Amino acid sequence: MISSRESAVTGQATSSAWSSHEGAAALAAPTSTEKRRVFDWRILLGFFLPVAIALLWEGAVTFGLAEGRIVPPPSRIIATLSALAETGELWTHAWMTLWRVLVGFLIGALSGIVLGALSGSSQTLRQLLDPTLQALRAIPSIAWVPLFILWLGIFEASKVALIAVGVFFPVYLGIAGAILSVDRKLVEVGHVFRLSRVQLARRILLPAVLPEAVIALRSGLGLGFMFVVAAEFMGASEGLGYLLVDGQQMGKPDQILAAIIAFALLGKLADSLLVASTKPLVRWQDTVREQL
Amino acid sequence: MLSFEHLSKTYADGTRALSDINLTVHEGEIVALIGGSGCGKTTLLRLIAGLDRESAGRIRLDGETLTGPHPAVGIVFQEPRLLPWLSVFDNIAFGLAGLSASEKKQRVTHALEKTGLVEHADRWPRDLSGGQQQRVSIARAFVTNPKVLLLDEPFSALDAFTRASLHEHLLGLWEETRPTVVLVTHDVQEAVTLADRAVVMRPKPGRIFDELPLTLSRPRDRTGLPFETSVRRILTALDHSLKAPQEQPQRERDRQAAALWW
Repeated sequence: MISSRESAVTGQATSSAWSSHEGAAALAAPTSTEKRRVFDWRILLGFFLPVAIALLWEGAVTFGLAEGRIVPPPSRIIATLSALAETGELWTHAWMTLWRVLVGFLIGALSGIVLGALSGSSQTLRQLLDPTLQALRAIPSIAWVPLFILWLGIFEASKVALIAVGVFFPVYLGIAGAILSVDRKLVEVGHVFRLSRVQLARRILLPAVLPEAVIALRSGLGLGFMFVVAAEFMGASEGLGYLLVDGQQMGKPDQILAAIIAFALLGKLADSLLVASTKPLVRWQDTVREQL
Repeated sequence: MLSFEHLSKTYADGTRALSDINLTVHEGEIVALIGGSGCGKTTLLRLIAGLDRESAGRIRLDGETLTGPHPAVGIVFQEPRLLPWLSVFDNIAFGLAGLSASEKKQRVTHALEKTGLVEHADRWPRDLSGGQQQRVSIARAFVTNPKVLLLDEPFSALDAFTRASLHEHLLGLWEETRPTVVLVTHDVQEAVTLADRAVVMRPKPGRIFDELPLTLSRPRDRTGLPFETSVRRILTALDHSLKAPQEQPQRERDRQAAALWW
């Protein structure tokens, strides 16, 4: 590392015309430790509002200013959550929900990628596929629920199908749009080096669409979590959505809030995993992504 | 030898970008295509590169008619057009997919040395300055050892210092294999610095107005009188190409002969 840095310096000395650019770039780019120091306090700032509200409410209930029956204080929510975790119920429900999202996401994302790639790369196929898919997209996905129940029964298949439908459209649109917006200038570089269609797809189109594909997959995953709740509302005996319905019917707002928190954590965890697993693929991007 | 025979290009919207271009570029010659905007310089280059098809006429390279992108033709675009997901090394090696790893490494390393980019081999294009990116682009075109190298105003977006230095890098690479070079530029100084012959083009429709040989010895002294004279000759021809469509280019050639005489 040190030796390469040194050689860079001597390289600057010999090619004087560029030394100013390189010097400026070196000055402008902060080291990673510097970046971390700058961002630390801002991350803490984000905790301020929710923590303050939670403490205020906790105080209000403790000092008898509020009853806390309809809106339970944080301590009771945490107690419910840990009780659910201790009996193992929470893990069963969370795992069930996660499994449904995962299967639905895989089916929806795969078909979205395949159809999006087809419709993005061929004018004829786009004219064949896109109108139908756009028409289907105009249907609110929840409207499929009665039909899916009739067709696929009330068990897993209909739930997974609903999630897959929810995931499919953002992925399809994202992939097709990403392929259509690949820079013509880079494609021409491929032409100049006489790449075949397959080579062009592999060496230029695929890497070029990856960043947008990741974004499409992320929004697909987000919708997957949205639709799993709807799916579990329509009759489930397991899953975090079931905890919600059960909490409502039994009058247990703390259980509802515990399930909501579990949903939030699960969703965030899945999204972070997706981002982390795709990060090496889009490392080259020249964007502000690192800050997001 | 690269030759154009009655080459014409009319775009789908009816724009006549090129009309009846006849020109022969000898092996190892550097020809500068110069002219105002819209005179078809870039169109001509895209036809040679095989990125567009000619409407009439043909382009021949050593007797072979070009019908598409050709392995012996390399191009450097106006923008670097590097692939942002490849390192500098891999960008330069992009056109060497068919070669063995060691051969690839040897060629790329040599190109890196020639363009002064050795210490940047593992960096992303986004980390390079504009001049460095364009050097990578030039190296990418040179590593395939093209017989014909097309340069589409590759230095137009750079500052004067960077440009002068890139001219040196370019001539350094050119000296090794001496490919035929077709350089499109609107910078007269650049044409006189690099080219053996300046071809002045005229717009609407794009066609050749005049040709001026540049017989100055290399390396060229940009401050010398011969350099200045050549620049002025091209400027005059450019002036005529834009202003007086009816004037005979022959007169310009006479004047140039007179200039050579002393």
